Amino acid sequence: MTDLTALTIHEAHDLLRSRQITAVELTQAYLDRIAACDVQVRAYLHVAPELALAQAAEADRRRAAGEDHPLLGMPLAIKDMITVRGMPTTAGSRILAGFMPPYEATAIARLRRCGAVFLGKTNLDEFAMGWSTENSAFFPSRNPYDLQRVPGGSSGGSAAAVAADEAIAALGTDTGGSVRQPASWTNTVGLRPTYGRISRWGVVAFASSLDQIGPMTKDVRDAAIVLGAMAGHDPRDSTTLPDPVPDYTAALSEDIRGLRLGLPREYFVAGLHPGIERTILAAVEVLRGLGARVEEVSLPNTSYGMPVYYLVATAELSANLARYDGVRYGYSAGAATMADNYRQTRGRGFGTEVKRRIILGTYALSAGYYDAYYLKAQKVRTLIRRDFEAVFARYDALIAPVVPLLPFRIGQAPSDPVELYLSDVLTLPTALAGVPCLSVPAGFVEEEGRLLPVGLQIIGRPLDEAGVLRLAYAFEQATHYRRVRPPLEAIAERPKEP
Amino acid sequence: MSRLSTDEVRYVAELARLELTPAEIEAFAAQLSAVLEYAAALQQVDTEHVPPTTSVLPLCNVMRADEPEPSLAVDEALANAPDRQDGYFRVRAVLEPGQ
Repeated sequence: MTDLTALTIHEAHDLLRSRQITAVELTQAYLDRIAACDVQVRAYLHVAPELALAQAAEADRRRAAGEDHPLLGMPLAIKDMITVRGMPTTAGSRILAGFMPPYEATAIARLRRCGAVFLGKTNLDEFAMGWSTENSAFFPSRNPYDLQRVPGGSSGGSAAAVAADEAIAALGTDTGGSVRQPASWTNTVGLRPTYGRISRWGVVAFASSLDQIGPMTKDVRDAAIVLGAMAGHDPRDSTTLPDPVPDYTAALSEDIRGLRLGLPREYFVAGLHPGIERTILAAVEVLRGLGARVEEVSLPNTSYGMPVYYLVATAELSANLARYDGVRYGYSAGAATMADNYRQTRGRGFGTEVKRRIILGTYALSAGYYDAYYLKAQKVRTLIRRDFEAVFARYDALIAPVVPLLPFRIGQAPSDPVELYLSDVLTLPTALAGVPCLSVPAGFVEEEGRLLPVGLQIIGRPLDEAGVLRLAYAFEQATHYRRVRPPLEAIAERPKEP
Repeated sequence: MSRLSTDEVRYVAELARLELTPAEIEAFAAQLSAVLEYAAALQQVDTEHVPPTTSVLPLCNVMRADEPEPSLAVDEALANAPDRQDGYFRVRAVLEPGQ
């Protein structure tokens, strides 16, 4: 008797291909798992059982007609920043109340063509601005490894769904770490591709020079499969790269002998949790044991990543979020004059963190401050990119922690924005440089009787997703931390195959 | 670098057409002053001959043929509108009476 929701994509694909299960059975197993567990995990904002089962039935018909694809019939969860036809898109905000997109994202259309099934939309911090899902206008999601703690963010719903086996895989978006940080905190794999590798068309815009869709999966092979299905040039997004998409699964190998890996000393920041530091140093020894050469390197402008990110990202989001005006879609306050309707719609429709960032971004772009803040930040961004170019001339990849802290308890995030913004200091420079990076499970730190997951960050050269995945795969095959499942059995009986 | 006063927060909020409560104005002034103080570290960086990064992509001036393509039908485009009339988005008067 196979526990269908425990399977990875490639494992389920074997069963589908050999006709041991159907896509409808697989999708139903996930819907049952959601019904049993999501009351407590709260990963989803919207579940679409009828649409999902209809897609699964279509996948079974396509397979019966001789089609095959690793994603044919695979039930995925989609972060609610990404439009999917037939499902509402909220971006975790009240200002998009009732919005039904009349189109869908290119990435979704490509997955749909491969035969993927969409279970529903997952929770997030409002407009992907946050680290915990606590900025969601609706409710916080919970970490399956400790339901009292946050799953991370902003793609926390997607991470929690994958960790709790409420989806076989999920999509997140990563602007400054929003795929990697929740992956690190939930023992899942989260990949941020090279900027421009996956189309942003149909994705709610936050910071356009930084936003990227990324796969969030149970293992590295699945990340390679989902990435390959979405990547590539899109005429609807002029920032997509024209480069051909390799077969990422073909690149997976346990042989990493002779790889030159850099360990950036600036990523071992003051305040790095000692348990996380121990975990990362143990991971370094695993990689050395596999024959990689690991040496300390320097990315001297790392500490500027945080201020550069907060000026560039808020400037871009203040412009992007100007579209929420109560005229074309979403919430409208219904005030008597046009000007008041703008002010009230936006003032009441946006949450606190979004408003705080709009103010900072508008200020950074305003007359008299543009050169001092925004332009200066863009120049320092160039220096951060050059840091990576310099080390990648001598090293194949970099390894580092993902986040300096363990997942915090719900309601106990640092209250000072500067302190809170520091929590993603290790994911911002890579986003600013546009290089591919990933979080792969690297072990656990025990805290108050709970095993809390820790991820290892792997950073590669632009467009070298294959190299990043290969290194992550070799590490995963040598360690198998995925086998430590979250202690959810206490709240739900896993649905079994009939 | 300057600190952000409550007057500046009010002024910027007006630029952004964003209604804030008095409590939000107070809180944002204090919190964003701390963020700007942190951002002041950037002023120490020598960027004399450094070009700004507006995009990390090795692309420029991506063009396509200037040919019409299918787009949303009027009904689809208006489907999410809070208010509409005769195939248009309906908005309040932009000019006040007497203006």
